[in-house]
Amino acid sequence: MQYIGAKLFERELKKGSTELLILSLVEQRPRHGYEISKLIEQRSEGLLKFNVASFYPLLYRLEKRGFIRGRWVEKDGQRRRRYYRLTAEGKKVLKDQRNCWADFVLAIARITGEEHA
Amino acid sequence: MPDWSEEIRAALVGLNLNPAQEASVADELAQHLEDRYDEMRHEGVDDAEACRLLRSELNDGRLVTELKDLLPPVSEAISPGQDIRERLLAGLGKDLRYAIRMLRLNPTFAAVAILSLALGIGANTAIFELLDAVVLRTLPVQSPQQLANIREIHGGRIGNTVARQKNFSVALWQQIQQQQKGFSGIGAWSTETFDLGRGGEAHYVQGMWVSGSFFRTLGIQPVLGRLLTENDDYRGCGLRAVVISYAFWQRSFAGRTDAVGSKLSLDGHPFEVIGITPASFYGLEIGRNFDVAVPVCSESAIRTESSWTQSATTWWLDVIGRLNAGWTLGKANAQLASIAPGIFAATLPPEYDATERKDYLRFGLKAETAATGVSELRAQYADPLRALLAISGLVLLLACTNLANLMLARAAARQREIALRLALGASRRRLIRQLFTENVFLASVGAAVGLILAQVFGSVLVAFIGNSENPVFLPLYPDMRVLLFTVGIASLTCLLFGVAPAIRIGRVEPGTVMKASGRGLAGRQHFLLRRGLIVSQVALSLVLVVAALLFVRTFRNLVSLNPGFQQDGVLVADFDFSALHVLAQNRADYKRELLRSVRNIPGVISAAEAAIVPLNGDGWNEFIDIPERGVSRKLVYFNAVSSCYFQTLQIPFLAGRDFDDRDIASSPPVAIVNEHFAHTYLGKTDPIGKTFRVRQDGGKPDRIFHIVGFAGDTRYRDIHDEPTPIVFVSPYQRPIADTDSTFIVRSNEAPASLILSLKDTAVKSSPEIVLNFSVLRTSVLEKLTRERLMATLSGVYGALATVLAMVGIYGIISYMVIRRSGEMGLRIALGARRTSVVGIVLREAAALVAVGLMVGTAVAIACARTVRTLLYGIKPVDPLTLIISIGGLSTIALAASLLPAIRAASVDPIQTLREE
Repeated sequence: MQYIGAKLFERELKKGSTELLILSLVEQRPRHGYEISKLIEQRSEGLLKFNVASFYPLLYRLEKRGFIRGRWVEKDGQRRRRYYRLTAEGKKVLKDQRNCWADFVLAIARITGEEHA
Repeated sequence: MPDWSEEIRAALVGLNLNPAQEASVADELAQHLEDRYDEMRHEGVDDAEACRLLRSELNDGRLVTELKDLLPPVSEAISPGQDIRERLLAGLGKDLRYAIRMLRLNPTFAAVAILSLALGIGANTAIFELLDAVVLRTLPVQSPQQLANIREIHGGRIGNTVARQKNFSVALWQQIQQQQKGFSGIGAWSTETFDLGRGGEAHYVQGMWVSGSFFRTLGIQPVLGRLLTENDDYRGCGLRAVVISYAFWQRSFAGRTDAVGSKLSLDGHPFEVIGITPASFYGLEIGRNFDVAVPVCSESAIRTESSWTQSATTWWLDVIGRLNAGWTLGKANAQLASIAPGIFAATLPPEYDATERKDYLRFGLKAETAATGVSELRAQYADPLRALLAISGLVLLLACTNLANLMLARAAARQREIALRLALGASRRRLIRQLFTENVFLASVGAAVGLILAQVFGSVLVAFIGNSENPVFLPLYPDMRVLLFTVGIASLTCLLFGVAPAIRIGRVEPGTVMKASGRGLAGRQHFLLRRGLIVSQVALSLVLVVAALLFVRTFRNLVSLNPGFQQDGVLVADFDFSALHVLAQNRADYKRELLRSVRNIPGVISAAEAAIVPLNGDGWNEFIDIPERGVSRKLVYFNAVSSCYFQTLQIPFLAGRDFDDRDIASSPPVAIVNEHFAHTYLGKTDPIGKTFRVRQDGGKPDRIFHIVGFAGDTRYRDIHDEPTPIVFVSPYQRPIADTDSTFIVRSNEAPASLILSLKDTAVKSSPEIVLNFSVLRTSVLEKLTRERLMATLSGVYGALATVLAMVGIYGIISYMVIRRSGEMGLRIALGARRTSVVGIVLREAAALVAVGLMVGTAVAIACARTVRTLLYGIKPVDPLTLIISIGGLSTIALAASLLPAIRAASVDPIQTLREE
């Protein structure tokens, strides 16, 4: 059995969780792509960082699957930006993913937690 | 800061996204990079470092890899090495699918467009196919470019020429064959019709006389049996072998292999079939197929005493040769020029007088390329076909003008859609390409259908040209030249009707269009293209109508021409009694007896015998002298006719007497002359009692004829010919009577109704008499096939052009009125009378029509001069024709404009202003 190093493990974790992060950040209000990536970086205190080549394909994938919908919006005094909001389908998926993560984290904690004598 | 949008587009070019999507992705990513750049600069990173870091993010390859699966390309990716800005072929499949979808949504437009194109392209292709077959196509033999026709160069020959100008007597052919050096193979040939039957009504087949070397020279191989060789063609060969064509083999022998070796009767003489030529070989004369090929040496056995083989003054053979390897036509001609004097000296007819000898010895020989065979059809129809091709080309141009108008209207209706697409980032070039894709599709479908229609039109044209006496054989098929022609004109039509809407798209200003209302106060400058279309339609239509009138009047002139005799109600009956072997001294009495029997048939008003039937193309001329009038060696047409000839054909008999029973072989020769002869050679004197001399061959003394009668002028060989001096002599006073009689029979009933009775009369005399019948009026009309073809087709095209112009003008004026309805409504609201609004529209239409008529008149005059040789009895610039054409078209054009004008005056000004 191949040893999965920490870096690879980290990358796989990031990949698996990013969808959940993006969906949850657009749940409350529509946001544009840069805002979403900055929020993820800030709230993860730099642990999760994306560049343009890795982030936008994720965003477009979510849009293609119908979980989010992008729309060009022009506000007064601002240049037009593409804002993304959660769709009804996205809401369902977000709820399911949240539940899955919660169960997963609990299961990992139970298995990897220190044993008390 | 760099232009991130451009850099992102450059990175994404390999994905071949549609322009709108590419623009969206590039904008979004560019904003992200700009925000990241601002952030880094705020953090203290310098400009160069920030740009470097961001570029490394952009170009790490994952972006394109990830987006490739997510965003579908427009079409196949552009291969590496191509200019990234060059997307000529990218998206073509999508454009085509879009074009097909748009046409399916507008089935009426698509049907009209495709049908117009199919008819126009089909008509053009059919005529080109015919032209190709008659003029351009090479013979279906081995290396046709190496073949050359050898012909005689002469001032004028004295003697007998057989229908189409043939070049050589047998003696000349033999000399050429012996002395020429420029040709590896050389063959003689001639066309003939043979009767397959044995008595009764003739069953003619198309035949060829061929020398033994003929098939070898052409490189023809048999499909069955063998072909004639030099061993089959030698002096005195008699009745031996015959070769039949593939078509004849299928028709008469049902393709049976036992055809080879079977017997065939030709003019009552038995021949053995020795072989069959391939299906692709139809002889050397374009427009004529052959059924049987007979050796030249058998001619004397068939024709016996009237054989041409021994005659030095009967030119009946053509000669074709295959150039030696390395020899050019020039070199061969030089060699022929060197041997010509010796050849003509060796074949000098002994009966020629000094003048005739001098002329004959000046004759020369010349070789000309024969890759496309020989053809009387070509001489007759090459110019008319070229004229018809030009006419049908103009009709296609007119159809394209109408189509351009339709396309313009569609482009106008889609103007907002086009403006929106331009605003969203579509390039003009791309939109124009999309439009042209639609046009190419229309033109392609139209051309494909047109090619099919062309086969039908072509068959109709070939059937039109041929007739019962002279059927035409012209296999029409779309060879490479025809296909290239069709593709060429399809491309041209596509360009012609597509360029106007393309120009329109090029001028669309998205902002202006999006703000503008649907109609608005469209100014006059917006209609320049459409005005041009009206002018061109009127001009083209006028050219076509003038052409139609000229050809129709030419045909009418010829049909109504008085040839000097009454054509209707006359049957021509040939009685060939050569099989009876009537002795020469008894033939005159036999012929008179036959004539008496014919005259006694119930229903026959009058009958006569004639050696030459007027206007059938045959001719007989002799030199005459009238010493007392200083007339010397004048060539005059002759005809041998019995009594009642003038009565039967209702030719005015002006003075003297007709031939009668006194005029026999032993009595002094008598003649009847026509008016033209009398005026030309005898002046104002009374011709009755005058004499003239006819030179005889072989040193015999001249025959002196006494003029006993004087008749009105008639046309002789061809209806196009002007009246000419003609001498009529009695057939019973000729030195040797022929073995056939041609009777001209007049009846009050339909001429064809006499055929059965004539057959009975012949059978009563002998069942071996060979018969052939024709109705005189029909025969004469069949000689006018060329003019009839021109009149019919140009008439149809002229009518079509008028309809197309009317529809086109109506459409364009209607469109202009609709676009200017706001202006008209405003005028009416401001107090203009409705009649003045009608006047405005009509005046504008009239001005355009006037310009079109002026241009059209100039073009029509120029074109008419090029077809002057095809006209008869009418000048190319005929004032009456021009006046009728201009008047007619003006009326039609203004009538087409009237309805839109009335509609313009009927607008509700309040409604119109509300819409503004």
